[in-house]
Amino acid sequence: MIKLTIDNRTVEVEKGTTIYHAAKKLDIDIPTLCYMNLGDLKIEHKPGGCRVCVVEVEGRRNLAPACATECADGMVVQTHSIRVMNARKTVLELILSDHPFDCLICAKSGQCDLQDMAIKMGVRSIPYQGEKSTYKPDFSPAIIRDMDKCIMCRRCETMCNDFQTVGVLSGVNRGFEAVVAPAFERDLDHSECTYCGQCVAVCPTGALTEVDHTTQLVRDLADPEKKVVVQTAPAVRAALGEAFGMEPGTLVTGKMVAALRRLGFDYVFDTDFAADLTIMEEGAELLDRLTRFLEGDKQVKLPMLTSCCPGWVNFFEYHFPDMRDIPSTARSPQQMFGSIAKTYFADTIDTRRDELVVVSVMPCVAKKYECTRDEFKVDGNPDVDYSVSTRELAMLIKRLNMDFNTLPEEDFDKPMGESTGAAVIFGTTGGVIEAAVRTAYEVHTGKTLEKVDFEQLRGIDGIRSASVDFDGTEIKIGIAHGLGHARTLLDDIKAGRSDYHAIEIMACPGGCVGGGGQPLHHGNPDVIKARQKAIYKEDSGKAIRKSHENPDIIKLYEQFLGSPMSEKAHQLLHTHYFDKKRKEVLLD
Amino acid sequence: MATFMMHMLVCGGTGCRASASDVLYENLKKEIKEQGLQDDVQVVTTGCFGFCEKGPIVKVIPDNTFYVSVEPADAKEIVAEHAVKGRRVKRLLYVDPVNKEQIADSKGMGFYKKQIRIALRNCGLIDPENIEEYLAADGYEAMGKVLAEMTPEEAIQEMVDSGLRGRGGGGFPTGIKWQIASKVAGDQKYVVCNADEGDPGAFMDRSILEGDPHSVLEAMVINGYCIGATKGLIYIRAEYPLAIKRLKIAIDQAREYGLLGTDILGSGFDFDIEIRYGAGAFVCGEETALIHSMEGERGEPTFKPPFPAQSGYLGKPTNVNNVETFANVPVIYNKGAKWFASIGTEKSKGTKVFALAGKINNVGLIEVPMGITLREVIFEIGGGIKDGKNFKAVQTGGPSGGCLTEKHLDTPIDFDNLIDAGSMMGSGGMIVMDEDDCMVAVAKFYLDFTVEESCGKCSPCRIGNKRLYELLEKIAQGKADKEDLDNLRNLSMVIRDTSLCGLGQTSPNPVLSTMDNFMDEYIAHVEKDNCPAGVCKDLIRYEIIPENCVGCTACARNCPVNCIAGERKQLHTIDQSLCIKCGACLEKCKFNAVAII
Amino acid sequence: MTSIKLKLKDSEVQQLKDIARSFNNEPGELINVLHKAQEIFGYLPAEVQEVVAGEMNVSVAKVYGVVTFYSFFTMLPRGRYPISICTGTACYVRGAEKVLDEFKRLLKVPVGETTEDGKFSITCLRCVGACGLAPVVMVGDKTYGRVTTDGVKDILKEYEDEV
Ligand SMILES: Cc1cc2nc3c(=O)[nH]c(=O)nc-3n(C[C@H](O)[C@H](O)[C@H](O)COP(=O)(O)O)c2cc1C
Ligand code: SF4
Ligand code: SF4
Ligand code: SF4
Ligand code: SF4
Ligand code: SF4
Ligand code: FES
Ligand code: FES
Ligand code: FES
Repeated sequence: MIKLTIDNRTVEVEKGTTIYHAAKKLDIDIPTLCYMNLGDLKIEHKPGGCRVCVVEVEGRRNLAPACATECADGMVVQTHSIRVMNARKTVLELILSDHPFDCLICAKSGQCDLQDMAIKMGVRSIPYQGEKSTYKPDFSPAIIRDMDKCIMCRRCETMCNDFQTVGVLSGVNRGFEAVVAPAFERDLDHSECTYCGQCVAVCPTGALTEVDHTTQLVRDLADPEKKVVVQTAPAVRAALGEAFGMEPGTLVTGKMVAALRRLGFDYVFDTDFAADLTIMEEGAELLDRLTRFLEGDKQVKLPMLTSCCPGWVNFFEYHFPDMRDIPSTARSPQQMFGSIAKTYFADTIDTRRDELVVVSVMPCVAKKYECTRDEFKVDGNPDVDYSVSTRELAMLIKRLNMDFNTLPEEDFDKPMGESTGAAVIFGTTGGVIEAAVRTAYEVHTGKTLEKVDFEQLRGIDGIRSASVDFDGTEIKIGIAHGLGHARTLLDDIKAGRSDYHAIEIMACPGGCVGGGGQPLHHGNPDVIKARQKAIYKEDSGKAIRKSHENPDIIKLYEQFLGSPMSEKAHQLLHTHYFDKKRKEVLLD
Repeated sequence: MATFMMHMLVCGGTGCRASASDVLYENLKKEIKEQGLQDDVQVVTTGCFGFCEKGPIVKVIPDNTFYVSVEPADAKEIVAEHAVKGRRVKRLLYVDPVNKEQIADSKGMGFYKKQIRIALRNCGLIDPENIEEYLAADGYEAMGKVLAEMTPEEAIQEMVDSGLRGRGGGGFPTGIKWQIASKVAGDQKYVVCNADEGDPGAFMDRSILEGDPHSVLEAMVINGYCIGATKGLIYIRAEYPLAIKRLKIAIDQAREYGLLGTDILGSGFDFDIEIRYGAGAFVCGEETALIHSMEGERGEPTFKPPFPAQSGYLGKPTNVNNVETFANVPVIYNKGAKWFASIGTEKSKGTKVFALAGKINNVGLIEVPMGITLREVIFEIGGGIKDGKNFKAVQTGGPSGGCLTEKHLDTPIDFDNLIDAGSMMGSGGMIVMDEDDCMVAVAKFYLDFTVEESCGKCSPCRIGNKRLYELLEKIAQGKADKEDLDNLRNLSMVIRDTSLCGLGQTSPNPVLSTMDNFMDEYIAHVEKDNCPAGVCKDLIRYEIIPENCVGCTACARNCPVNCIAGERKQLHTIDQSLCIKCGACLEKCKFNAVAII
Repeated sequence: MTSIKLKLKDSEVQQLKDIARSFNNEPGELINVLHKAQEIFGYLPAEVQEVVAGEMNVSVAKVYGVVTFYSFFTMLPRGRYPISICTGTACYVRGAEKVLDEFKRLLKVPVGETTEDGKFSITCLRCVGACGLAPVVMVGDKTYGRVTTDGVKDILKEYEDEV
């Protein structure tokens, strides 16, 4: 143990602890901008670049960055001396001197770490004025990059390159011109970006934000010619409350439904309904492949990979296109919902598809892109018209002056609002595969599960494996969240080192609960874990917990689709993938 | 091997090559052959003599005749006179700038008198492309001794005792550094030679590598043996093609002779060396940035600790030393730590190579004992200020250093004294400035450099230096007020206090030291809109003094924008609205009729 | 940084692959590979960087990040006679700025650009180690020492008649 003094108080810490963490033990809050530590998710970003965390260490010539300096025995640290405060404020003023004063109209305003710090430090003028770096804004289908607001914390780079291993972003140029950008400073649209949104999720400023669809949404809600349907993903209800001051992990399903109704949606449905549908299709596909495999069919591709995460789909289309025959062909719940809404449901309410607007509320940035894919359009009309993030929904609720906390709890509309516990857990890593197992087991064995909770599939480790006994047959299951972990599993499959039958992959840390469209976790991984807990709570509270028992799903098959994997199901609920490996430069 | 009566040493350094010393070499050989003297006179290409300003240099041995500014066409006369008749060619001898006397023997030249050459011992003496010459000059003897007779601990102790401190800028004791690296456990360790030489205006590392590459290789092997590394890497800037070429030749030759490779000299010790190239980034001289650059990354520094000795190249323990540091090593083993420690001051042992440049008569590379005064360097070795002007300041330590003035002239130069005086040793650049240099402009020049070379990783350096530059620009334009001066100082202090690496931690030094020593100049710019040295373009005007103008038209003819009007033998006038302040008129007027107002 | 459009010939792609292979396609050798590629092509257009990235198994963004970090690498073709003016300290105090201004004035291009006829380009560099000859100018591999403003047009004249 190491003993040191911080602000005249002694503290004992383990060897290797930084001053920042030692101070935290004493409840001394040292401000940071670039440092990020996502604990259990094993993401630590410590470039020591912003320098707002500097402290005075006795005997040292210059100030030390608390986030990167390890404690030493007998160290004497001052975290708020005049010298420190002056340096900290000056550094902040420098950062602000190269930053647009756009707070009034900035998408990040109110949730911006830089803005918070300026408020806290009481910056009232910028003594160091000069040239500001300016860059061309980048509008992709899902993400807006406004690098004028970039403070070079490099968190996005760590997420994209180290955690996701997508490698789209890099520090480019040098000195004052330095910025984070895709190759050749082209737009994200011209890169291999998966739109996982993890860069957006960690950006402390308004430099990276999601494309805004609320303006269009308000316009459509106001249009009497249009019937507007909304679907909300499972992870949204576990996080939305945070935007209204609730504890992370507070479930707000009922209030959310009430809010959506007050916003003017004609039908408030649940993506969970489509998640149950996904299980029916994906589960059937898995069983089909498994049965054929067990019968000795050498052609069948195993392991089967889940395909409900569009960030992940983008990833393998770019990076592993030669393996695009192993993921399930099942569409994501968002898209299944859209295609059923614009056929089956549109028929029930006697509405043409172009009069029906399908909106999704997602924890996700990639879904904004997914719904624009051509294969999910019929005569140019998309199955899902647009997708708004959890953050955007929160903003809309605030804009309409609703007091979210006092809203009543309401239920989803029928028929596409009915769902099971299996669908809810789609929101967390391990959930999709658990839901699939619940159904596949019963369909395969013809027996009823005694215990629907598969604890061995749950957790937060980046790569997990477990096996499930299918009545004598051992089914090996792999789970990865984060694309870097997915890459590890894919490399194994490619090298023939993999003996999994099925693998669930989610692009975001923790799965959708940690999605790029969620309220910002501000570098606190406990937020993600609390949401995960909430999801399992919602599941255990549900009356029906297996997808194939959802009465409205049963009805849907009876009335419309026939059986899972039927021709109609194929046409509406399955898809195909593309080889998007960059073959030559995309010139703009 | 033939024994020659006479050797003609022709400088083959970059400076002299730029003035066709390679042609001169060929011409000398041809003439010698024509005279049938090829068995008596040997013509040798050597490394830099240090006196580049007067290059190309030819030195004749044994009589030590030192010819300066020799042109290829002079070969005929040198051979005909000196080699054949034994008479010196007087017109090519060096003329003392002070007493205007011709000096024949290099030993009599003020430039060389006070120099002690340890790191540069072989530069200008041996053919760097011929390992035999290095061997003949006790080359690889130290290595042989260390490998055969000393344990690594003993060899390290010798380094510690010598008191050698790193010549790359920081001045960290080399022996201690080796000790630390030797104690860190690691299956693979590395020795890295830092030959990035980023300080613009310093070229000692280049000269050593061009003139005596084997001394660095030898030292790296010793270093490897001491710390338990089997692999060495030399990180050299791509702007030094000649040094690269000579290094490659030296490495090949050393391998051929079994001085590199496996089981060196039968000692059972393996060591080999590879070259890595820089690509134009000053910050890559900083050791962590250098390591990232060698790994194929952007050369961005990382926070220390971990130091390279703990986690360096590819995450392995790595010892980084500068070229000049290494060049001292073999001599220390040959002559002993005690001998080395007897030179220099209490805390700075041995010598230091300086690149003397700027407004000084003898521009060049010098090696002097630590403890010598600036006065000796500038006025004795350097031969005083050019054109009889007044000394104003000397900048040491390059962009990280500061300006020293009149009052520092008698301070003994060593690592600690320079820091106390507000500058630093740096890599050894020494730029002399005279009364015509504006200190605000000088500070601005260095900041311009820093802004361009900052890696951009940390905010104080990335943005702060830009703002410093902008403030200086404002001052140079006469648009600043007193508050700007306060801001300039505060900003400088904060950048120094908060930057991540040595670049930002020292970049404000040129500002702070000029503010400390020449505040009156800053005030003149700010309060009187006046640049006392007549440099800052926005604050000066070129005017023609009617009393002196004879109407010779020289100014008008040379004005690039034709803004000077006047008939022959009539008073000329400058149209201020068109003048670009290039100063051509002032340069051309022989009658002192153009003045800076 | 802007770049020009270009389609690499198969033989050129092969050349790049060979370079990469000669460095064992080791990501750590990226800078060496880029040096070699620039030697061959004279500059590093986007297409070259794409191929290099593919061969070295690193992301294109990273290659671009490295190329834009080091001032030795350029994405624009240089003039047939690239002029480099040393603006190192020794040259600066001996009037490099005025020499630079004169080059800019005579060639009518700013630093970093190439004349319209593709003949000359101007860049600045920091110290070529010939400080004794300050101010120093290089045209291609040829070094000119003690350059004066007057001398600039004479240097340019040397290249006038050449095609
Ligand atoms: C910005 C910066 C530039 C540097 N440039 C060089 C350089 O060009 N050459 C060098 O040897 N050391 C340079 N250094 C110092 C190195 O980081 C390192 O301390 C040195 O190579 C160690 O060798 P030494 O102990 O033999 O001096 C630089 C340091 C900084 C902060
Ligand atoms: S990024 Fe933050 S500080 Fe910048 S304009 Fe937006 S809210 Fe304001
Ligand atoms: S969205 Fe994901 S893939 Fe795209 S740049 Fe951000 S982190 Fe990288
Ligand atoms: S874009 Fe955002 S996350 Fe990325 S470096 Fe800039 S401020 Fe940081
Ligand atoms: S894990 Fe969820 S939030 Fe993240 S990209 Fe995939 S679907 Fe979107
Ligand atoms: S001080 Fe400057 S050069 Fe050093 S890390 Fe910071 S930005 Fe880079
Ligand atoms: S938080 Fe410590 S340097 Fe940025
Ligand atoms: S290059 Fe010839 S003396 Fe320096
Ligand atoms: S400063 Fe110009 S050659 Fe060194």
